[in-house]
Amino acid sequence: MNNIICACGHENPEGTVLCGNCGRPLTTEAKKQKLADMRYEGTARRSQTYNKSIIDKVWNFFSSVKVGISLIIIILVAAAIGTILPQVLFVPVRGAAEIAAYYERVYGSFGSIYNWLGLSDLYGSWWFQTLIGMLGISIIVASLDRVVPLYKSLKKQRTRRHGSFMKSQRLFAQGENILGEDTLSISEEKLKDLRYKVKREKGALLAEKGRFARWGPYVNHVGLIIFLLGVMLRTLPGFYMDETMWLREGETLAIPEVPGFYLESKEFILETYDKEQTDEVFGEAIERVGTIASNFQTDVVLYKNSEDALPGQTTDLIEVKKESIQVNKPLKFEDYAIYQMDFRLDELSTMHFNLSNKATGESLGDLSINLDKPEPFYDLGNGATVELKGYYPDFSGFENGEPQTKSPVPNNPAFLVEMITPETPKGETSFVAIKQTVEPFGDNNYKLEFQSVDTRDISGLTIRKDKTLWILALGGVIFMIGVAQGSYFNHRRIWIHENNDGQLVVAAHTNKNWFGIKKELDQVTETAQLPQYIDQQDAEDQELKKDGEKSS
Amino acid sequence: MTQLVSISSNLLFVAFVCYLIATLFFGGAVKGTKVGTTSNSEKRWGLLGIIVTIIGFISHLAYFITRWIAGGHAPVSNLFEFTTAFGMMVVGSFILIYFIYKTPVLGLFALPIAIIIIGYASMFPSEITPLIPALKSYWLYVHVITAALGESILAISAVAGLVYLLKSVDISKKSKQRFWLEAVMYTLILAVGFVASTTTFSLMDYEASFNYVDKEQKAKSIIYNTPPLFGMNEYEALTPEAMTPLVETPSIINAKKLTTVTWSLLFGTLLYGLIRLITRKPISALLKPFAQKANLQLMDEIGYRAVSIGFPIFTLGALIFAMIWAHEAWARFWGWDPKEVWALITWLFYAAFMHLRFSKGWQGEKSAWLAVIGFIIIMFNLIAVNLIIAGLHSYA
Amino acid sequence: MAQAKKKQKRFIVRTIILSILIIAIVFTIYTNATKEKFEVLAIGDTAPDFTLVDLDGNKHRLSDYKGQGVFLNFWGTWCKPCVKEMPAMDSQYEIYKDQGIQILAINIAQSDFEVQRFANQYGLSFPIVIDKTRSVMEAYNIDPLPTTMLVNPEGKIERIVIGGVMTEKDIAGFMEEIRPK
Repeated sequence: MNNIICACGHENPEGTVLCGNCGRPLTTEAKKQKLADMRYEGTARRSQTYNKSIIDKVWNFFSSVKVGISLIIIILVAAAIGTILPQVLFVPVRGAAEIAAYYERVYGSFGSIYNWLGLSDLYGSWWFQTLIGMLGISIIVASLDRVVPLYKSLKKQRTRRHGSFMKSQRLFAQGENILGEDTLSISEEKLKDLRYKVKREKGALLAEKGRFARWGPYVNHVGLIIFLLGVMLRTLPGFYMDETMWLREGETLAIPEVPGFYLESKEFILETYDKEQTDEVFGEAIERVGTIASNFQTDVVLYKNSEDALPGQTTDLIEVKKESIQVNKPLKFEDYAIYQMDFRLDELSTMHFNLSNKATGESLGDLSINLDKPEPFYDLGNGATVELKGYYPDFSGFENGEPQTKSPVPNNPAFLVEMITPETPKGETSFVAIKQTVEPFGDNNYKLEFQSVDTRDISGLTIRKDKTLWILALGGVIFMIGVAQGSYFNHRRIWIHENNDGQLVVAAHTNKNWFGIKKELDQVTETAQLPQYIDQQDAEDQELKKDGEKSS
Repeated sequence: MTQLVSISSNLLFVAFVCYLIATLFFGGAVKGTKVGTTSNSEKRWGLLGIIVTIIGFISHLAYFITRWIAGGHAPVSNLFEFTTAFGMMVVGSFILIYFIYKTPVLGLFALPIAIIIIGYASMFPSEITPLIPALKSYWLYVHVITAALGESILAISAVAGLVYLLKSVDISKKSKQRFWLEAVMYTLILAVGFVASTTTFSLMDYEASFNYVDKEQKAKSIIYNTPPLFGMNEYEALTPEAMTPLVETPSIINAKKLTTVTWSLLFGTLLYGLIRLITRKPISALLKPFAQKANLQLMDEIGYRAVSIGFPIFTLGALIFAMIWAHEAWARFWGWDPKEVWALITWLFYAAFMHLRFSKGWQGEKSAWLAVIGFIIIMFNLIAVNLIIAGLHSYA
Repeated sequence: MAQAKKKQKRFIVRTIILSILIIAIVFTIYTNATKEKFEVLAIGDTAPDFTLVDLDGNKHRLSDYKGQGVFLNFWGTWCKPCVKEMPAMDSQYEIYKDQGIQILAINIAQSDFEVQRFANQYGLSFPIVIDKTRSVMEAYNIDPLPTTMLVNPEGKIERIVIGGVMTEKDIAGFMEEIRPK
């Protein structure tokens, strides 16, 4: 490592731009520049000093702000590409082949290529996640490389800086010391009024405030890293769970992935805004749009199994709470939350039939079949019974004369029944569906006729467990503290000293909001009769100052 | 209550007119050519400008409050409401910046942008809609208002950037900068074109209905409010007296929206052509004299300051509050919904902006371009994502 | 010397930081890519205990069969492959029930009527229990039907058969695997 020795005798590590002690420019580039490069106080960023082993090269790669910005831009562009067509998450089909077919059918060959390139699941792709991971590494490495030298150099600031350092500050003044020895004391008092921390050293003054603003970027980076860590943890088992369940009114089911808990739906409620009843101001909107839903709600009872109960043993469930789950109002218990996400209306629950004589039309009575609990026999009284021989909830046709059901859901219920009446004691067999009656053994005298149905609604619920939430929240809070710290506060410094020629030299620097520091420097200049400063970056301003005018 | 609604919309109209008048006053305040000098008459114009702006803003705020009272919820629940609120906050942010930096030139450019935003908003159905279940949450107010506030402050940085560019880009010579600056101007005129075309056809009460087959092969019907240049997939006209579409489009394209966009393009381009024809100057050249008096350093400073004030607010509103609410309403804090993704894109863009400025020394003109691009991304999220991509956020 | 040492220390620190970060990211992406929706039970795991009631009202608790092999079959009457396996299971049950093997057919939340009728129709002799609340199905993370879990006399899962139709021969082979020695 070759150290650079400054004219003041201070030894600086390689890569340093401004001397850590007096502030003299050290590189030829820095010497040529009119204004000093004050980023990181001109200290050597560690990444720039070595370039030897592979580790150093990788480290330096991630330490580069240019790389960081490039990563941000690449992620930004990729994210945008992902919004051109809906992601697989939002398309109504599942399975690779179906998805490919869907994109082809709906979006043509463009959709096909989009899907083939993997852009339809862009945010879940390994390369997108790798990019985010690389950005994470970049944030950590780049921050580590900068915060340490910055901390060191701000800690050991000298009060008197070299003339060339002063001259290369954006706000600079040099001129006669009007108040002589009192200048620094008067300045100090004024600066203290302005809440600067003032340091003095014979003939020199350094006023500083808001240094903590310089740590803002690093604090917010810490927040981001914590946030990303939280996101990473969700992939580990036990931290995150996401399940859905469909729950019928009146049904009690085990909650998926929540051992020992059961949920019963008492009722699903769908409410809409009624033109007559709601506020008249909504009338116009309801008229234009049609129906507007006002509430989706499932009234549930949450049960817990007793401590030593096993799965399947549901005789002694303990009620935990009764609650109404609404959109925006999930049911929360322990680590879990259950959300109202979806619904299906009007699934068949009970079917009502009438048994009658086909010839006379005489009715022998009604029967109702609860599709949840069909019974083998239905006694209609007066000597007539209906024996249930078979129940096919989702009737899909006959196979070898046997009725088939394609699912356990009562989408198209059908029954094989034997009707026994005083007139037909041997029974008559009939196959009854909603709009279909088959009499397999020839003409019957009696018929079981479908009358009506009762229905019930099904709630689509989502169950979540997310143990990373507090980490994400912590990351978010730290990030916000960091950005606020870095954005709403500025680090301002003012240097004043008398040089060897007896002239007063003033320089000021801020990391942002030059307008603000100028206003303060104006006040100090007036009070202590300092020489009028110029803004060396603002050509117009310099002209103005010459004219002796100030812009309003 | 319905009376309150009509008072409310009148207040909005008053605000709109005030902004128009204030723009003229601000024009008067910066018409001098000599940099750095401000004549007394110019000061008067500037003062009048800001007074009228404030009156307009108060009226706008009164619109917001009365509508809130009438509807029972903050008027930020549909496109019309959100966009007018956004326009209001742009003016509010301008007023704030005006009192820090005393720059009438910013008003000359910020107010027309606010006017275009409000004009754009009024093209959407403006009746008060009751809240759907997903929106029934106080997070609606917290999230939307904070996000809009952040975006409006960021918009001010774009205005400062625009002024900077108008002054600094040399438009006497052919250059990339000149081309793109004029392109930005043209885009602004297109927004006016959208308002002009929609208003024209709605004054004519134009209506044409069609049956068509959508991308899921379902039969649907649609009503156009502009003469149908493009027909929906396998369309069938229900109003024979209306114009026959020139082209039939495949099912993935929403021909109605395409027609609206095309009409806006036509009107906007016509308007642009007329301006060029009458003045014989590009629009940037037309506006350049107004920016001439601006102090570049100050514009750069305002631009950066606005980003550094707006960015944290935007982060809080558009990402953090959004995540909290999404977690309550949709059971996940992040779901890669297009609107969410574009909020993230906006955030990443401004993050890159800050790093470029802070670490790579991109100041002045580069920074001004970035501010303008940032605003374009924000507007893209507001307009295109809602109208074209449309995910969970497509309300009303 | 001091500098060389410093350099070496820096090298080590950088290597450690970079490796931790890269391993963490690779691990995350890998688990994300290979993540199963459920935490599936694996061979060798202890079979979760449960108790269910059969059609005759008798309670069956898995742990009561410790020391015996248990053939757990999850099924539904509407599921065709499930139906096809039943007669084969029944005939194997006749052979192995006296050799310390129990079959428990766990129906997923159907009505007593449907299950009873099915059992009568096929003349099934092994106990059939109904998981009305789907809690056993949850405990075993059963996704497609049929799924068969073979539990050995120690109460550990010996084999998992997902989907498909088991033949008499398959079933006989599985029975041998869990037969108490």
